[in-house]
Amino acid sequence: MSDQVAERIAEIIAEQALVEPDQIRPETTPEDLGLDSLALVEVVFGIEEAFDISVPYNANDPESTDFDISNFAAIVTGVKKLIADREA
Amino acid sequence: MSAAGSDRRRVVITGLGVVSALGTGRAAHFEGLREGRVGIGPIERISAERLMIKIAAEAKGFEGTDYFDRSQLALYDRVTQMALVAAAEAMAQSGLEIDEELGLRTATIIATAMGGLHTQDENYYAVYHEMKNRVHPFIIPRLMANAPVSQVSMKYGLMGPAWSVATACSSANHAIGQAMQLVRSGACDAAVTGGTESVLCFGGIKAWEGLRVMSKDGCRPFSKTRNGMVLGEGAAILVLEERERAMARGATILAEVAGTGMTADAGDIVAPKMEGAARAISLALADAGMPAEAVDYVNAHGTATAINDRTEAAALRAALGEHAESIMVSSTKSMHGHAIGAAGALEAAAVVMALTENVVPPTMGYEEPDPEIGLDVVPNAARQAPVKAALSNSFAFGGLNAVLAFRGA
Repeated sequence: MSDQVAERIAEIIAEQALVEPDQIRPETTPEDLGLDSLALVEVVFGIEEAFDISVPYNANDPESTDFDISNFAAIVTGVKKLIADREA
Repeated sequence: MSAAGSDRRRVVITGLGVVSALGTGRAAHFEGLREGRVGIGPIERISAERLMIKIAAEAKGFEGTDYFDRSQLALYDRVTQMALVAAAEAMAQSGLEIDEELGLRTATIIATAMGGLHTQDENYYAVYHEMKNRVHPFIIPRLMANAPVSQVSMKYGLMGPAWSVATACSSANHAIGQAMQLVRSGACDAAVTGGTESVLCFGGIKAWEGLRVMSKDGCRPFSKTRNGMVLGEGAAILVLEERERAMARGATILAEVAGTGMTADAGDIVAPKMEGAARAISLALADAGMPAEAVDYVNAHGTATAINDRTEAAALRAALGEHAESIMVSSTKSMHGHAIGAAGALEAAAVVMALTENVVPPTMGYEEPDPEIGLDVVPNAARQAPVKAALSNSFAFGGLNAVLAFRGA
């Protein structure tokens, strides 16, 4: 079975970046897609709404937050952990 | 030659009233600023249970019921209540007697970026959550953004030009700058001006949470450890008068509003641009006929977001040159929080304190220098120092900048 969490996240990011979801690869970065900090806040919001989780992301200082948004794979890993934490 | 020609009318402050997290009344505000008292703490006036950001600079001691009766409260949102209390203090200090002739020549320019947000929030709750089909008849006159300015003009019979200003975090500086220009131009002889704001209701704080620029643990402007802004609330009202007129009636002159510079970045809806901020500073100096070297103190916008503080430091260097390194720069938001549409007014009050008492309010919460900023940020304790001229910066979301230049009396 395919990875539904990754697919849904790709859809959310793709919608913000105005690309097709299949253009997003594990190593794709927000910069690759031209997503600025405002767009990233919307991506984080979309993810929170889709998975009913709270993502610890501070737009003011992204590097210092616990949530790694450096590339698509990191985001998927982080979201899966948050989903697991919620269900634990 | 400087714009401040000798024949130009000059505009002075003869009255000041304040409501802030540091207390009600200018004495309490000044005392808090002198002591470096941080008015930021756990949110108590509403339930913080569902909030992610649980701190703010609430004006905890301010309750409208202490000042107004039931029929007045039916018409006054918290922003109007605070504006009226601050206006009463400012009018009393000025000693200005408004007869019909002066009333016709007095402007009322009072900023609020968000208007009666408490009223709006409570009534959305009533109609959407409680499913009520009927609301109080005065919701509109309570929540409209011009409610504070209209109530102040009604209270004192001020019949000259009057309007509210909404430019987010720059609102009050725009208001004070416009009021100064009305008096300076001769269109008016006096003006009641400033700003009032309270976004500290559930929906208001939730909206700010969404932007993810808020700190969960404190406001630390210019410190390397800063991690975002902290909301505040309050009002400050200034009475401005043409200088000759104020002197002729023997009024005590607190300070002069000497110039203003206003610009738009035409850039980003949230991120500030260094060039727009620097231009506003330079324009304010030129308008005041004030050389950069004359400036002793800058009350910074200083929101404690990574980008604002970095941009502001660069703008100060661009506009003031070498002198930026020796100037005192502090962010009093570290004490009274970011009061959005009232911010510039609370900060003008801080400037009045610096000019009248030669005490420079500190930047509290300062933990670690940021090499990208430098500057003498007057860390963690007020400083006794002569202050003859000062600037106050406001740089709003939407790229709208307004800087005021002040001189001592």
